Parts: sequence; structure tokens; C-alpha cells
Amino acid sequence: MTATASRAQHLIPAVAVLLLSLTVVWLSFTREPAAAFLFPRLIASVMFLLAVWNCVRAALGLARVGAGLELEECLRIAPGVLVVLVYVLFVARWLGFYTASLGTFIVLYSLYDPASHFKLTTWLHRIAISLIFMAVIYGLFAVLLKVQTPRGLYF
Amino acid sequence: MVSGVGVAVEFVQYFGGVFEPISFLLLLGGTIGGLILGATPGLSPTMAVALLIPFTFQLAPTQGLILLGAAYTSTVAGGAVSAILLKIPGAPANIATALDGHEMARRGEGARALHLSFMASGIGGVTGVLLLIFLTPVLAQWALAFGPPHLFWMAILGVTVIGSLDSNSFVKGLLSGCLGLWLSMIGYDDIQGAQRFIFHDALTGGVNIITALIGIFAIPQVINMFAKGRVHRAIDAVAVDRQPISSSAAELTTHTKPLAIGTLVGSVIGLIPGVGGQIAGLLAYDQTKKFSRNNESFGKGEPAGVIAAESANNAMVGPSLVPLLTLSIPGSPTAAVLLGGLLIHGIFPGSDLFENHPDVAWTFINSMLIGQVLMVFFGIWVASYAARVARIPSSIMAAAVLVLALFGAYSVQQSMGDVHVMVVLGIAMYVLEKFGFSAAPLVLGLILGPIAEANFIQGSMIAAAVDGPWDYFFTGSLNIALITLVVASILWSFFTSGRAAPVVGERSERAKSAEEVS
Repeated sequence: MTATASRAQHLIPAVAVLLLSLTVVWLSFTREPAAAFLFPRLIASVMFLLAVWNCVRAALGLARVGAGLELEECLRIAPGVLVVLVYVLFVARWLGFYTASLGTFIVLYSLYDPASHFKLTTWLHRIAISLIFMAVIYGLFAVLLKVQTPRGLYF
Repeated sequence: MVSGVGVAVEFVQYFGGVFEPISFLLLLGGTIGGLILGATPGLSPTMAVALLIPFTFQLAPTQGLILLGAAYTSTVAGGAVSAILLKIPGAPANIATALDGHEMARRGEGARALHLSFMASGIGGVTGVLLLIFLTPVLAQWALAFGPPHLFWMAILGVTVIGSLDSNSFVKGLLSGCLGLWLSMIGYDDIQGAQRFIFHDALTGGVNIITALIGIFAIPQVINMFAKGRVHRAIDAVAVDRQPISSSAAELTTHTKPLAIGTLVGSVIGLIPGVGGQIAGLLAYDQTKKFSRNNESFGKGEPAGVIAAESANNAMVGPSLVPLLTLSIPGSPTAAVLLGGLLIHGIFPGSDLFENHPDVAWTFINSMLIGQVLMVFFGIWVASYAARVARIPSSIMAAAVLVLALFGAYSVQQSMGDVHVMVVLGIAMYVLEKFGFSAAPLVLGLILGPIAEANFIQGSMIAAAVDGPWDYFFTGSLNIALITLVVASILWSFFTSGRAAPVVGERSERAKSAEEVS
């Protein structure tokens, strides 16, 4: 990673954290009742000062801690993160928690499994492992802990 | 005053509690499960304990803490199995163990290395817990003198110390702590009932500590496994031969120096908040090598290296709970998760714990002592099975940890909002960690935030009625001592972070392996 790329990369989270702390400062000093925001004001002020310092360091290329994110790495994690977000935002409620979790397990396992995607035996192996794992999860959460999960089309 | 006799009486009085059937079964299960989880690369002790917290909701506080304590102890020791047999440390605390342990295993001394490792862990661990037993009640008694301003400064000290010590960047460490403090303020204000920073319906009840812990510690690990892509990890575990334990026990008696150095270093490091097992193991290894006559054999399969590293990382466990149980300041990220487990059961560490819940405090501490002994026996037995678990492909591990985290987060309050918060926090933490922000100070901020705020508000009210805020918060020997420590921790970090900061692309091998493991 070049020094410029490093500087630009570090600047993005630094600006994001600065904007967040600016929002927190603004909300803390403008919302009422003031007494409820006494402690938030104190913390927000310190956080804002640190965020400014962090941003200045990133802009000057002095922020060197952290490896940053490579494009290649982002492309590798993107499908997995997308599957998780789709599960959490849509599928869990629609299909039901257990069915959606089973589907997510199989999809994630298959996505990152180096074995061939064109062999029936590989798929049977993946499905068997996913079913066994979900059976354990069902035993732990539904039977032992008696957690009631959202039921959608299935369960 | 708490005397040594008083401590001994309390210790004996609650000793039997550990052997109640359910408690003992949980201790046994936590120890064996922890050993297996610890041996699995990518499952850090902190994450293992965070994922276990939802399973403690239906248990009594004592039983829940026994399970979490056993998992904490044995995951640290279990990490040695994969370090020795696979050269992949199960946790950052086992990095130093891999240096000589794997070399021993390669030349056919795997069983000897495992025996020495678990026995050294046991001796270090027992010493550490004894320190916990004798220091904690004394410090808890001392903590009785603390009023609101002191507790406020203690909470701030907890965040600044961990923010300073656990991060390579002074600014980012403290900023992580502030982010955690801000997260703790989301939701309704306790006194005025005002809404604060509620950007979404899922945040109405605030950020649940357990949900946040699972997200912050488990989701980044899952994404790290995604980041490896579709790779086939060709891991060759070294076969373990059979060897009588008695010969290893006899050998351990000839290695008293590395055992003593490891135990001493681990115990001292554990008492310092924010300095984890990784530092303890590496520092003990380094010191043992310096004091050894045959220091050239270190790194080539020297048993003293394994003994020093393992006794240190387990000796750290007990003392790391001293600041937690007395002053609410966790000594390590895993101890921070344990604090979350205590608070969920309505138990506040400090003098309250020993005055009002002595059964919980003492049974938990005693279980850690028994757990260390169980760990030695079961560690040796479980080692060969644990090595097989360690070879589970990362694609299965990622999917399994994710599903467990989703169910764990949901089960806290049976709310999909918690699952959303967990995933968002986890993804954000992954990105932040990539840019040098640290999870430990963020978690500490989140946990200590309510304590700091409650005491700040209470202190402000008292101050308004008496001497004013300046006198109340900034004068008095205890206030000045705590403020000095806060400033010292910040200054120390400020002057050392520049030197310690690794340049992008020029990280040391040690840092790389630590990152890979964590």
C-alpha cells in the first residue's frame, strides 16, 4: 500500500468519526432538558477534540496504525457480509429464524468452501453438516433455553 | 478490616458450593468446552465467553459465573494445543508457546510438550487465583471508602488505561473509549427520562451490553474468516505419542526457574488493567530466555520456553479479575466481558459483591481454583481431540460462529432490534479495527459509561449542595491520586505510541501473527 493510498484510506474513517462526533456534540448541546445531557456534553466535547486530532493526523499522513482495507479483501468479504445483511433485514422474519439460519449457514459455508460447487457429494456433505449444526442450535436455544424466535413462512 | 484469617474462613465457608451437582457439572462442561474452543484458531477467549453469556440467563448468578470463569480459564490454556500441534496459537496469549512447543512436537515430543504446558498452566493458574483470593477482599474493603467522585474517576481511569495500553495509537485508543461511552448513553436518561441519541426504533432501549459484546467480538472474527476467501488450509497436526504423565511431572520439577519467572510475570501483568495474556506470555518467554544458560536452544524446541509462556498466560487470569471484582476495572478484554455477565445478573463488583453476595463472589473464586486443577487433568486428556476440532475449515467456523452470534444476540431480549444492533456494531468494529481502533476500550466505555454517568450526576448534585463541583471532584487525596493516574496513563501512552506505532506494510511478524490469531 502506497503512502498516498494509506493517507486517503485513513482519512475516510477519520472524517466519518469526526462527523459522528460533530453530530453527538450538536445533539448534546441543543437538546432539552439540558440536565439530561450534562454527561453527554462532557464526553462529546472530549470525543470531538480527539476526532479533530485524529483527522488532522490522518490528513497529514501521520495516522499509520492499522493495515487498512485492500480492494481484494473487500471483494472477498462482500458476498458474506451481503448474505448476513439480507438474512438480518429480510429473510429471518420472512422465512422464520431457524429456516433462514439454516439457509444462511449453507450459503456461507458454500461461498467460502474451497471444495467444488459442481459435485453432488460435496453439496450433500454441506447440507448434512448444516442440518446437524442447526439441530444442535435448536436443542440449545429452543429446548434448553426456551427462546421463542420469529416464525415466518416456516419456523 | 479484612484479615488473612477472615479470608480463609470465607474461602472455606463457601468452598462446598463449587461441588453442588449443577455447579460442578457446569464447571466441568465449561472447562472441557473451553479447552476445545480455546484450541480452535479464530475463537479467542473473549469471544468464547461473550458467546456463552446468553446461556447463563437461565442460571443462578453463581452458576452463570462458574460457567464463564471456567471457560475463561480453560480457553487460555486450550490455545496451547493448537499452538503446539498445529503451530497456530488458539489465542494471542499462546503465541510464545508456539515458538518452542511446535518444535518439540515436530521431533516427536508432542505429548511431553502438552503435559508440560498444562501442568505449567495449572501451577501458574493456581498461584494467580490464590493472589485473587487474598488480594480481592482487602482491596474491596478499601473500595468502601470510595464516594461518587472517586467512582467517577475510577470509571474514567478504566477507560483511559485500557484505551492507552490496548491500542497502538494513543488518539484512536481514547477515541474508541469515547465511542463506547457515547454508545452507553443511547436510550432513555435514567433521571430525566429524556430520549438521547435514539436514531432508530431498535435503539429505544439503549445498546444492550451483551448484544454489543457479541457483535464487537464475534462479528469481526467472522468477517476475518470471510477475508481469507475460498482457501484450503493445509494444516498438518503433529501426531501425539503416548507418554506417562509421571515423567513429565518429574521433568517439571527440574524447570523451576522458568516456572517461577512465568508465574511471577503473569501475576504482575494480570494486575495491570489492559495488559493481556499475549504480553504476559511473550514477556515471560523473553525473560526466561535471558536468564537461561542455554538461551540458544530457545525457538528450537526448548521445554523451558513452553513452561514460561504457559505458566505466565494462565497466572494472569486470576489477578486480571482483582481490579474487576474490587474496583469494576477489568484487567483484560475477557474480564470486561465477565463484568458484562455480572451486571446482567444485577451484581455490581466492589464491596457490594463481598458484603451482599459473598456466596456468589466466593463460590466463583473457588470454582476458578478447582477449575485450574480440572483443566490440567482434562487438558491432557482432551488435547488430541481438540487438535481435530482445530482443523475444522474456516468456512464452517465462520458460518457456525455467525449463527451462534445471531441466536445469542436474539435470545438476550428476544428482539430482532438487538440482532440489527449487533450486526451493525460488528461490521463497524471490523472496519474500525482495520484502521487501528480497538475493541477493548470501546467495550470498557460501553460497560463503565453508566457507572461513570450515575456517579457524575450524583456527585454533581451533592457538590451543588456543599462545596461546589471543583472542590468535590478535584480536591482530596483520593481524587488527586486518581486524576494523577488518569493523566499519567494518557501521557504514558502519548509518549510511547509514536514509537510503538507500526507503519502500514511494515508490521512485524509478531504483530501479524497476533492479528491473525485474534
